[in-house]
Amino acid sequence: MAVDYSDDAQLVEALRAGDEAAFAWLLDRYGPTMKRVARSYVASDAAADEVVQETWMAVITGIDRFEQRSSVKTWIMRILANIARTKGAREHRTVPFASLEAELADDTPAVAPDRFHGNRTGGWPDHWSRPPLPWDDEPAERLVSEETLETIAECIAELPPNQRAVVTLRDVEGWESHEVCNALDISETNQRVLLHRARSRIRQALERKLLGDP
Amino acid sequence: MLRRLLLFLTRDYSCRRFVARVTEYLEGTMPAKERKRVERHLRECGDCERYLAQMRTTIELTGRLRARDVDALPADARARLLEAFERSCGS
Repeated sequence: MAVDYSDDAQLVEALRAGDEAAFAWLLDRYGPTMKRVARSYVASDAAADEVVQETWMAVITGIDRFEQRSSVKTWIMRILANIARTKGAREHRTVPFASLEAELADDTPAVAPDRFHGNRTGGWPDHWSRPPLPWDDEPAERLVSEETLETIAECIAELPPNQRAVVTLRDVEGWESHEVCNALDISETNQRVLLHRARSRIRQALERKLLGDP
Repeated sequence: MLRRLLLFLTRDYSCRRFVARVTEYLEGTMPAKERKRVERHLRECGDCERYLAQMRTTIELTGRLRARDVDALPADARARLLEAFERSCGS
């Protein structure tokens, strides 16, 4: 019977037995995700490639000791995130590295405060003064165009590391929140805060792109 | 009278608060009581309803980045890793 690599138990057994096809499957399956997440923490593509390589070496040497208390993909991502953070912090020795604490402490609101009425602006306080204009009903060709997707990619590339890693795993890769918390070793609440900021920024970037700065 | 009541219901929950809490709403982690207030607000506030729809579109569009094949492992790196795997198992 063919081995089902998407079954973690079978996959781990195959890897331990030296099944090269199993390792190749793993490389292709998680390589792109790993590169994207690594890129969140380090400054260049080349450095991200190094993080991915180092992670794979750690996977090769660690598979025998892997206790399977988490899924294989979460285990790999935990290794990757640790290596990437260390490398990112080292790169930033001269400039302060945006630590998780610093990212969380930044309480810039998701939407510019001047888009809501204040107490003296005449309207109902805290209700929209400049409400969102429609851009999501643009023709599909424009909405899902390469140009629109590039806008999102650029916005993600400019996010602080932890926001970038979270939105990459959640919304690009489609991981569940508990998997992301486990992989990045952050609490549910922090994960949600980071995701919220990232998504809000991306929505804003789309608004600017599709409407012109309103 | 009815109009005043509707206004009151809409304004019971502020747009600023909704925008700050939209991810909790989408994630399903908002307490049931607050969720009810949000839903009542959304029924009356077209702007926040639009904001919510745009967040959903944003998430959907972001997911499309996954299909972009810009991050595949370079062939030589892949070959080297397979070799390393083989070596480690042979040892």
